This record gives sequence, structure tokens and C-alpha cells, in this order.
Amino acid sequence: MITTSGLTKVYRSRGREVTALDGVDLHVREGEVYGVIGQSGAGKSSLIRCVNLLERPTAGTVTVAGQDLTALAGRGPRAGRELRRARSHIGMVFQHFNLLSSRTVQDNIELPLEILGKSGKERSRKALELLDLVGLADKAKSYPAQLSGGQKQRVGIARALAGDPKVLLSDEATSALDPETTRSILQLLRDLNRQLGLTVLLITHEMDVVKSICDSAALMEKGRIVESGTVSELLATPGSQLASALFPVGGEASADDRTVLDITFHGEAATQPVVSQLARTYNIEISILGAAIDTVGGLQIGRMRIELPGRYEDNVVPVGFLREQGLQVDVVDAEGEPVLVTEGAK
Amino acid sequence: MTWSEIQPLLSQACSETFSMVLWSTLIAIALGLPLGILLVLTERGGLLQNVVANKVIGQVVNVGRSMPFIILMVALMSFTRWVTGTTIGTTAAIVPLAIGGIPFFARLVETAVREVDGGLVEAVQAMGGNSWTIVRKVLVPEALPSLIASTTTTIIALIGYSAMAGTVGGGGLGDLAVRYGYQRFETGLMWITVGILAVVISLIQFAGDFAARSLHGRGGSGPVPKLRLLKAKEPAAADISKVA
Repeated sequence: MITTSGLTKVYRSRGREVTALDGVDLHVREGEVYGVIGQSGAGKSSLIRCVNLLERPTAGTVTVAGQDLTALAGRGPRAGRELRRARSHIGMVFQHFNLLSSRTVQDNIELPLEILGKSGKERSRKALELLDLVGLADKAKSYPAQLSGGQKQRVGIARALAGDPKVLLSDEATSALDPETTRSILQLLRDLNRQLGLTVLLITHEMDVVKSICDSAALMEKGRIVESGTVSELLATPGSQLASALFPVGGEASADDRTVLDITFHGEAATQPVVSQLARTYNIEISILGAAIDTVGGLQIGRMRIELPGRYEDNVVPVGFLREQGLQVDVVDAEGEPVLVTEGAK
Repeated sequence: MTWSEIQPLLSQACSETFSMVLWSTLIAIALGLPLGILLVLTERGGLLQNVVANKVIGQVVNVGRSMPFIILMVALMSFTRWVTGTTIGTTAAIVPLAIGGIPFFARLVETAVREVDGGLVEAVQAMGGNSWTIVRKVLVPEALPSLIASTTTTIIALIGYSAMAGTVGGGGLGDLAVRYGYQRFETGLMWITVGILAVVISLIQFAGDFAARSLHGRGGSGPVPKLRLLKAKEPAAADISKVA
């Protein structure tokens, strides 16, 4: 649905060059919620602004719903007619809502419809319908200043949906909200994604956002995408930074000559009593250092950090046994970070 | 002088001032508003970025803005004649007043429009709006409270400028105060005109503040741009003192 290839953005000011995006290849499939996470300055904002060409990429292409937007760009800083038309079919929500304080809630939602040249009757019908959809049917005549942050963002979402977009871009939509409101807004986005088949590309710096609604995620660092994939793929990737950040388990080795393993359960394996089987089969003492079960991207996932006596070399066979059971096993080094183990890794 | 002598003088002066200020304000708004918006749009990083145009307009506005009004009035004589067919009288005074008001208002508009949150512009761009849509639906309506405050300031400045219109026979309250109050030592009449001016200016300021505040207060909770109003008042105060 959204594909960027070789997307590069270089900002030039007073002879200095800052590379915000450095060859970003992103592929968002139709109907999924795709999260791009990264620290501030990683290039997330530039990325999402390049998708609807609010920022013109220095190089690379952006294709949304089969349309190459970079080809529509035209010359000069102004957007041509075709690009503006394409933008009207891409919804966007913002961190600071960006509602017009001079207009009522309903009139804010009608604004994109005015731009599309819809009649007054049609605009108000659509606006009221959208307000109902986001659960603010009673706020049509209020001004944004009278709403709470969560309500403002709901209006922002309703406005973004006015043009019947297939794609919704969310620029840190929940970053200015408290945790409770964040959850309800994320739930709304998820519902819209399901009900309307809306493809959502969101950028965030909050891991919880990715955890609660994303089907796929990408980690950005210094203008590049360093990891990406569906959430289950990421969780199945040994040493994935995103996976361990999404699903952290704690616990440190009790002594030097111990092997610490992170075991990830998903699907079938989650139902097997593997730990007790391991203990019985090899007659070894196993201590559980930490464990958690959670739902990530709609998947039930368990993670456990266990400690086996002896160094890794002594535990090759038990580790092999665990992998045979269809579990993902990451060996954790002394610092508590999973290390990449090439042999035997899936 | 008795009241029966003073009264017709005053009412004529009032109507002259009213007509000069009204027409010059309307023209200043009609031309200063687009000029001020253009200043914001053409600046570096603006929607219609055009550094050369921006520099040129900026320079013209600066010169117009800092030119002492009385000199502007004299300098514009031939232009005034071309427009109105005469260089004396109330109608002739409207031309330099309007020309003086345009850059004054344009600068205030520029400041007001620049304060509109860039995020709103971005949001409308993301909806597919063009620059004209952004001006019409975002910049002007969102800046409206400040624009009203700017209009108030401009009206008051133009009342100040109009006191010099006597130089070209434009009449008005200021002229009355100078000719009768100063040159004929009719101190009483002078104080009456001063009083009228003070009351009129206060009323305009009050009405402007009220309008700006009630618009800004749509939805109620946002802070009133009090500081901005005060800041916008400063040049007016300076101009009045220049006149006085």
C-alpha cells in the first residue's frame, strides 16, 4: 500500500548538510498497522512527511496505493493539482492535533470536504457520521478549546477520515496524551483499521504503541531502518533489538558459571510443559529468573529467562532440546543482553 | 467663543476626521492585508517562497512605515492630484493617509499571520489544500483576533496622522485644535477637541479589544492575546506622541 524505495532526505542550511533519511526502503501492506519507532532525531518525522510529500525527498520514490507520488511532485516548492488530489486521499493525524481554533468541531471535520468541493449538505452529513464514528456525536458545535486532548485527537482522526482515505498517517498521534487516553486512541485506530480496512502508518517513540496495535514494525536509527518485519517475525529473530524492547524480561545470572537463556514461546510451543521436560530429561536444576506472558500485535507470546548450571559449552545439548521443541532460544551474555548465536539459530 | 460658535466648527471637524479615517482605514486594510500576508508567504521557507519579492516588499513597507507622515503627504502631492484631481481638502488628505496606513497595517498583519501555528498550515496541506485555501481558511481566520487588534491600532494611528491633514486643508479635529486652540489662543476649544479625541480613541480601543477578545474566546479557555494587544499598541502610542 505504501512503498518507499531509496528514500533520502538531506536538509541544507547555510552550507551545512544534515541527512535525515538515508536510503529508506519501507513496505507497508494493505490493511496493516505499521509502526516506525525510533528516538527523536532518528528521521521518523521526515519519513512520514515524505510519504505524502509534505517534505520533498532528495532522492528515492514514494508509492501510495499504486500511485508514484514523487512523479506527481512537479517543480518548485508548491504542490501541483495531482499531488494535492492524491494527498486528499491520505489522512494524517498530528501530535498536536492541529485543529483550527476558529472553527467548531464539525467545521474542522468539514474542512477537507470543503477542499474537495463537496456541497454543504453532504459535508455536514459526512462530518456528523464521522463524529459518531469517533464517539463525539455530542460535540459537533463545540470549539477545540473546549475539548480534552483525547477528544481533540478524536476530532483530528475524524477529520483525517473525511476524504475516505485508504491510508492514514499518524505522526506521534498519542505522544501528547496521558497513558489512559493513549490507550483509547490506539484502540480507536485499531478499530478503524479493522472496520474500514484502513492501512495505518504510524511513527512513535513509545514502544507500547507498537506493542498494542502494530502488525508490523520498523526500528529507525540515524535515518536508516535497522530492523523491520511483522511483529511475530521480529520476535522470532534472535537478537532483535525491537523484540527485546517490545518484550523485555529481566534477571541476572546468579554466578559466573551459569548459562542464561531467553526462551520465547509462541503458537503451539506455548502449551507444552517444556521446562519441566527439560529438567526431567537431562536431570538438571533450572532456575527461572524472569518470565512474562503478553499479547503483542494480537499474538499471545511468552518469554522466560532461565538459568542452567554450567557454561554454555556444557549446555549445548539441553539448548538443542529446547530448539527442537520449536522454541526460540537466545543466549544471554553477562551484561544481560541477548547475543547473536549463529549456529542453530532459526 | 460661545458654544453656538464652537458647535458647528466641532461637528464639521468631526465629520471630516470621520470621513478621512474611515476611507483611509478601509483602503489601508484592503491593500495592507494582502501585502502583509504576502510578506509571510514569500519569506524563506514560506508557502510562496520568493526571497527577492520578500526583500522588495519588505523594503517598501519599511520605508513607507518610517517616513514621517507630514513629509509623505507633501511628497505624494502629484499622486494625490492624479487620483483625486486636487491636492487640498478632505478628499485629497485621504490619499496620503491611506498610503501611510497601508505599510503600517501590513507590518501588523505580517506579525499576526506569522503567529498562526505552522502545524495548521501543514494539516491543510496534507488535506490537499492549495496556498489560496490556506490563506482563506487558515491564516486569516486563525489570525482574526490579532488582525482586529491590528485594525484598532491602525485606526488610532490614522486618527493621529489625520491631525496633520490640516496642512493640506483636510480639516478635522486636529486641524481645529491647531488653528483655533494654538494659533488663536482658544484654549477652551483646544481642550474640547483633545477631550473628544481622547474619548473616541478610548472607545475604539475598547471596542477593538472587546471584539478581539470575544473572537479569541471562542470556546473560551485559551488565553487572550493580551500581551500581543499591548505590544501592538506600542507603535500607535509612539505615533500619537509624534503627532502631539
